[in-house]
Parts: sequence; structure tokens; C-alpha cells
Amino acid sequence: MSPHEFWDYLVPGVALGALYAVIAIGYTLVYGVLQLINFAHSEVFMLGGFGSLIVLTSLTPAHPSAPISVLLVLVGLVVSALCGGATAYGLEKVAYRPLRRRGAPKLVFLISAIGASFFLYNLAGKLFGRDPLPMPHLYDNNVVLTVFGARVTITQLLLLVCALLMMVGLDLLVNRTRLGAGIRALAQDPETASLMGVDTDRVISRTFVIGGLLGGVAGFLFGLNTQVSFTMGFNPGITAFAAAVLGGVGNIRGAMLGGLLLGLVESFNVPLFGEEWRYVAAFVVLVGVLMFRPAGILGVKIGRAA
Amino acid sequence: MTSTTAGVATEVRAGVATEVRAGVTAEVRAGAAVGATVPALLELAGLRVDHGAITALKGIDLTVRQGEVVALLGANGAGKTTALRTISGLLRPAAGEVRFGGERIDGVPAHHVVGLGIGHSPEGRRVFADMSVLENLQMGAYRFGRAAPEDLDRVFGLFPRLAERRRQIAGTLSGGEQQMLAIGRALMGRPELLLLDEPSMGLAPIIVAQLFDIIGEINAQGTTVLLVEQNAAQALRLADRGYVLETGEIRMSGPAAELLHDPRIREAYLGESAA
Ligand SMILES: Nc1ncnc2c1ncn2[C@@H]1O[C@H](COP(=O)(O)OP(=O)(O)OP(=O)(O)O)[C@@H](O)[C@H]1O
Ligand SMILES: [Mg+2]
Repeated sequence: MSPHEFWDYLVPGVALGALYAVIAIGYTLVYGVLQLINFAHSEVFMLGGFGSLIVLTSLTPAHPSAPISVLLVLVGLVVSALCGGATAYGLEKVAYRPLRRRGAPKLVFLISAIGASFFLYNLAGKLFGRDPLPMPHLYDNNVVLTVFGARVTITQLLLLVCALLMMVGLDLLVNRTRLGAGIRALAQDPETASLMGVDTDRVISRTFVIGGLLGGVAGFLFGLNTQVSFTMGFNPGITAFAAAVLGGVGNIRGAMLGGLLLGLVESFNVPLFGEEWRYVAAFVVLVGVLMFRPAGILGVKIGRAA
Repeated sequence: MTSTTAGVATEVRAGVATEVRAGVTAEVRAGAAVGATVPALLELAGLRVDHGAITALKGIDLTVRQGEVVALLGANGAGKTTALRTISGLLRPAAGEVRFGGERIDGVPAHHVVGLGIGHSPEGRRVFADMSVLENLQMGAYRFGRAAPEDLDRVFGLFPRLAERRRQIAGTLSGGEQQMLAIGRALMGRPELLLLDEPSMGLAPIIVAQLFDIIGEINAQGTTVLLVEQNAAQALRLADRGYVLETGEIRMSGPAAELLHDPRIREAYLGESAA
């Protein structure tokens, strides 16, 4: 691989990795507070994609001018965030809270998660059709800048900037706000957190919503980059889950790191081993890392380096 | 409760505290006289608590009056922790009542109980191990949104060790320091009633003595204390009154000095033969 090609694969790898990181945060946050892998998180992502697709399709004119383009992107971000947040909120209420109330074993939560995921993506397939749909043409996806000769498109830049802002925002929220303190306390010791006045049900619900906002936006950005379909959550979902485990599930900065790493691996895997190996590498890396660091790169726990 | 009565309560209590330290006998302390003038802050009435099939508390009655230190003693598995957890709202009683300031609070969820003025330093300290000392204390003030500087000053005044270590990760503190942190954290919520679950657990005698002095000081500053202990001698020296719990039932109760000299207590908890 020539140095030039290196940068050509690095740019999309970083962009993809940033997306995985944002999705992985959703898994890790929920795991942090509930010790539960929310396998329906991929559907939060998918519905963020569909929500923004549907609204934008009805709003987008044939040839949007630049200010309109900006506005449409903002609408896409907000709508996808709302759809993702609402889906995650509903999931917690319907699929998990009743089980929590009854003190169900962990396995039951898992089945419920998988059931919810099947239900949601099949419902989406029924409602929105089973063929992949492109996002409406919001702007001409031109090259905005070059990095060592590698071209960076508007979509890639948008993706990176949004992902970065979301990660910084989340980090501040978790480490600097009262809700964040509640989340961290809950992740460490739910009972003692409630002795401090933390309403654990409410904090759990908000944690789902935060993960959902991020996941929904990721769905929109992913849709911009590729397409929207009822099964679009599957591969990114699994990869982001792997990223969360790789970083140390429950560890937010670990999820960011894991996402970035797997995005890069996936991107470089294609020229090195071929397109058909695209999704394999992530898991080879996962297994490889976990053999040496079973708790993930940064280790488990949301409270430390959250 | 008016501020006047609260003031009286504190004065009465302060007087009692001095007398205890002076080693005055039970007759002079006359817990009953205090009881006649000071209202009950906490009352457990016929409290029964089950853990599944096990009945951990079989209908206990217990009163803590404003300004008192009350010791709740008992061997392993007697039900002491269960009692505190029920007061805090972590457990629901199967029967009976918990009243705080005259209001029923059984069934109120734990995150609201702290807002009523009950601070709980749980068994095993349960500090947030991955947070710093300061963050732990801020968690104690969670219900206020942010910690008041004067509350932090108060806790750091009581526990200078914590002030020195405010940036240290709580999980790396020594056992004694963690216990201080657990108590300090509970104080950050400005409790009227402080529940302490075995603060002496696993600590060296000298540290226990210091800790109990500080608990006395917290009480002298106006906080009522319900102290769960296995270390009966030390707890009774600090307390005004005591209850002895045995397999879910109150076996004995009375002024601390009386209990301290009771041969049954001396035998069962102080390791002395009745001879
Ligand atoms: N979560 C639980 N599930 C089942 N049984 C429990 C539970 N918690 C406590 N128990 C039982 O209830 C009884 C009282 O326990 P509790 O913890 O209140 O005792 P304790 O007086 O605090 O003892 P120790 O001094 O050892 O802390 C014990 O028999 C205990 O086994
Ligand atoms: Mg106990």
C-alpha cells in the first residue's frame, strides 16, 4: 500500500470509526447502568435513519440552495435524534422496565432485547418497504479538503464533526452534570446511589434516551453516507457492540476508542484482504484483544475515566 | 417542630453527652426524663420485614428521640441491617410502620427518604470506589443539586483526613478513611437522623475510638444518631439508650449505662462470663 493509498483509506476509516464510537456509547451507557446489552440498540439507529429519511424526503426541494442544505442537515440531525431517543425511551419502558420490576434474571432481559429488535426491524420493513432507500439529495457531496492528498467529502467531514461534538458533549454530561453524577453512581452501586437521592428509574430511563439520541443521529449520518434500510442496524450494531466490548464495556472512553479502532480496521481490511472480509476483521481484533485483555482495552466500569 | 424545641432538644442532648463522658451513672442520666420532654423523631411500630421466606424482623418497636444517640445491638444475622434498610426505604415492611417526625414513611422510596432528612451510612461503607473523595461527598449532596461549601467545610472539619485526600480515588482509601467518607457523605445530605451501620467494622481499636468521638461530636452538633453495632461496649458508652436485637426480636432495651452493666449483655457481647 502506497502512502497515498494509506490516507485514502484512513479518512473513511476514521469517519466510520467515529460513527461506530457514537453507536458504541449507546451500548456502553446502558450496560453501565443496567449490566445489560441492549441488543435492540441497532434498531434505535435504524429508526433514526428512517425518521430523518421520511421527514427529509417530504421537505427537500429538487435543488436546495446552500442555506437550505444546512437547514435540512440540521433538521435531519434533530429528527433522527428525536426518533432515536423516543425509540430508546420506549424500549426501556416496554421491554426492560417490567422485567426489572419483577427482578427477572439477566437472560430474560437478553431474550426481551432480541425480541424487541426482531419486532422493530420487521415492523420497519413492513412499514417502509424492504428495499434500501437513499437519503434525499441534500447537497452536492463535494470534496471540501484534502489531507495528504486524500479527499475528504462534505459527508465525511459532517460525520466526523458531529460524532466528535456528540462525544465531547457526552463526556461533559457524564463528568460535569448532576445527571452524569447520577449515572456514574448508579453504574457503581445502584442501591447506595438511591440512598443519595438518585431516582434510579429516572436515571436509567434518561440513560437510554441519551444513548438513543446518539444512536439516532448515527443512523442519519450513516444513511447520508450509504443508504437507509430496515436491516441497516445489523452490521453497525454488531460492530459497535464489539467496539464497546473492545474498549471495556461500561467504559465510555473505551467505547470511543474501540469504535475508532474498528472503523479503521474495517476500512484497511478491504484493500488488504478484500471486500468480503470487511466485517470479519472487527471480530478477529476483538477476539485477539480479549485474549490478552479480557476486560477490554481500558477495562470495565463507567465510573472510572467515564 | 419549632426551632425552640429543637434548641431545647440539642441543649438537653449536649448536657447528656457531657454527663456520659463524665461517666455519670444511669440513675442520674435518667433517659426517661429526657423522653418525657423530647418528641420521638423516629418510631418503628410492630415492624416486620421478610426476605423471601425468612422473617428478618418479627415485629419490633423502637423509638429514637430528637437529639439522642441510640444503639441497636445484636449478633450476626439479628436483623440490624434489615432494620436500617427498611427505615431508608430500601426494603418494604411486611407489616408495621415506620414513622419519621410523626409521618409514616414506610413505602416511601429510598431516593425520597433521604430528602426527608435521613442519612444512611451503609454496612460495608459502600463508597463509590471509582470516584474521588470530593465526588463522593458531592454525591451525598445530590439531592441539593450541588454541595454547599459550608457542608463540605463541616465534613472536612470533622474528618481532616478527608480534606487532605479530597482528590484521592475512594477505592484506594484505607478502611478507616472509607468509613469516614461514608459518614461524611451521609452528612452532606444534612440529615436530621443519621443511620450508621457498623462503623467500627474491621477497624483498629484506636481508630474506632476516634471515630466514636467524632460520632459524639456530630450528635453534639445536633444530629440524631441511630447506631448499629456489634461492638456493644463502645456503642453503649456513646449512646443514650440501647436496644438489643436477637433473631429479629428486641430482647432488651433501656438506658445505655444500664445495658452496659447488665450481666446478660456483658456475657453475650462483651465476652465476659456471668460469674
Ligand atoms: N437479601 C436477603 N435475602 C435473604 N435473606 C436475607 C437478606 N438480607 C438479610 N437476610 C437475612 O435476614 C437476617 C438478618 O440479616 P441482617 O443483615 O439484617 O443482619 P445483621 O444484624 O445486620 O447482621 P450482621 O451483624 O452480620 O450485619 C439474616 O438471617 C439474613 O440471612
Ligand atoms: Mg448488618
